[in-house]
Amino acid sequence: MPRSRFTGLIIIAVVLAVLPFLLPNNFYLDLAIRMLINACIVLGLNLLIGFAGQISLGHAGFVGIGAYATAVLTTHYGWSPLAAMLAGALGAGVLAALVARPIFKLKGHYLAMATLGLGIIISIIVRNEAALTGGPDGMPVPALALFSFELSGEKQWYWVVSGILLLSLWASLNLINSPFGRALRALHGSEVASQVVGVDVAKYKLAIFVLSAVFASLMGSVTAHYVGFVTPNVADFFHSIELVTMVVIGGMASIYGSVIGAVLLTALPQALAGFEGWETVAFGAILMFCMIFMPKGLVPTLAAKFGRR
Amino acid sequence: MNGEWLPQFLQFLFSGITVGAAYALAALGFTLIYNASNVINFAQGEFIMLGGMLTVFFLQAGLPMPLAVLLAIFIPALVGILIEKLAIEPAKNAEVTTLIIITIGAALVIRGVVQIFLGKGTHSFPAFSGSEPIAIAGATLLPQSLWVLGVAALVVAALGWFFSRTLMGKAILATSYNRLAAQLVGINTSRVLFISYALSGALGAIGGILLTPLTLTSYDVGIMLGLKGFVAAVVGGLGSGLGAVVGGLLVGIIEAMGAGYISSAYKDAIPFVMILIILFFMPRGLFGGKVTDRV
Repeated sequence: MPRSRFTGLIIIAVVLAVLPFLLPNNFYLDLAIRMLINACIVLGLNLLIGFAGQISLGHAGFVGIGAYATAVLTTHYGWSPLAAMLAGALGAGVLAALVARPIFKLKGHYLAMATLGLGIIISIIVRNEAALTGGPDGMPVPALALFSFELSGEKQWYWVVSGILLLSLWASLNLINSPFGRALRALHGSEVASQVVGVDVAKYKLAIFVLSAVFASLMGSVTAHYVGFVTPNVADFFHSIELVTMVVIGGMASIYGSVIGAVLLTALPQALAGFEGWETVAFGAILMFCMIFMPKGLVPTLAAKFGRR
Repeated sequence: MNGEWLPQFLQFLFSGITVGAAYALAALGFTLIYNASNVINFAQGEFIMLGGMLTVFFLQAGLPMPLAVLLAIFIPALVGILIEKLAIEPAKNAEVTTLIIITIGAALVIRGVVQIFLGKGTHSFPAFSGSEPIAIAGATLLPQSLWVLGVAALVVAALGWFFSRTLMGKAILATSYNRLAAQLVGINTSRVLFISYALSGALGAIGGILLTPLTLTSYDVGIMLGLKGFVAAVVGGLGSGLGAVVGGLLVGIIEAMGAGYISSAYKDAIPFVMILIILFFMPRGLFGGKVTDRV
């Protein structure tokens, strides 16, 4: 059924096209943009966690690399935004490639520990190098300008980010149905079995880790430009956990689940803002509740319930 | 020169083994729960925070010190049991990632509740037996450090006795080796889970109470302390009790030495750099078994 693979993509495209005309004000448009940015990061992370079965509890570190490469290189060194963005992505990619071999020899909780450690080290560096990064207070980031065109206003940002998401969705859908995607799913199922049939396990793990790191870094740069300010919070442990939670709540190994997870978890703090002080408790309780009753995540659980597939 | 470096070195060593002892207690908590249920409990750090914060609260409420301390150990143990009964047991057989998120959810709930009822302030209470420093070979040691080390040693000895001499302790060990086999010989494995979570909560709380006069406490200290306890448990090779104690002390000492000789700004990063280096060369920690895969 090659046609149905893209049905969801078309639905999302239609929703994205109509949405800005339905949203009452820029507050909601801003929320939508942040949802879309998170959806892109989560998509990349889901390829790693859901499809390849390798957990990363330090992914916010890579988002932080992108965000701070953009902030520091454009502000202190006068680089153009595009060059800074690419430098960040290159840095994140090289770091991921360097640590991938030793890290992916680890499994389960040891892998969780190593990725967590990596993320925390990056966030501590960002917090400590105050001369460059502004330390815990963060630093401003100039607007995103390409050639003579400067991106400004929620409307323009919305269309750009929507475009990025649709493109990444399309690429991910193709990727998981390619030989590469099949190899990933095979090594999730059983590493030994996939090795036996000739899958170079280490190579594929490295490739998907680098890919998701580069993606996280690029979206970190985009966030930095959009918000106009970066703080060390983008790189910290809690943000890593948020990202993993989006993956798991939406549904591991579910492309559309990534989008749903990102949308829900970005909206949740807004929805809980009325609870005055109880936000953290409610957030934690919802996480526990979802994971206890829907350990496979929303989209796969609902898909199973309503029959198809 | 010779007379210079020794006092400084001793000073770093003292502060290292003091925090190291608290990390060791936290690491033992991680180990207990990991052995009983194969779960890494990311709420372990919150037990440490609860210990300190609850003692502060009960002291402010006018309770005498011994009673405040007892309650501050008892309540986290109860919280541990609640986590096991309400969150871990219903989610049995879930994937590692799912279980990790459940315990993180529990940590957020605990932290949130403490923040609401006890506030965001930083607190402390007086050291157990004064704060007159004891001079040793040019370095100084606070009496509270002796409390930390003494109580931690006592707890470790008691645990050693519990696991090697009592039926329940042996039942827990048996369950951690092979749950199904333990069930088959008549061990009540759900009681084992219950006791492991309670003990783990109490261990964390004890560490938190002992450390508070030295390092202060607030609703958010649990994250870092918990993560470092996790590092210590992994250094010792998850699942080994002796490894957890050695790992805790090692993490504490290396952190203190690194902060003293290399950079105090990067103090918190040192345990994580250390664990990455160890895992790169020894994928199962210093005391972990050989890596074997079941296909």
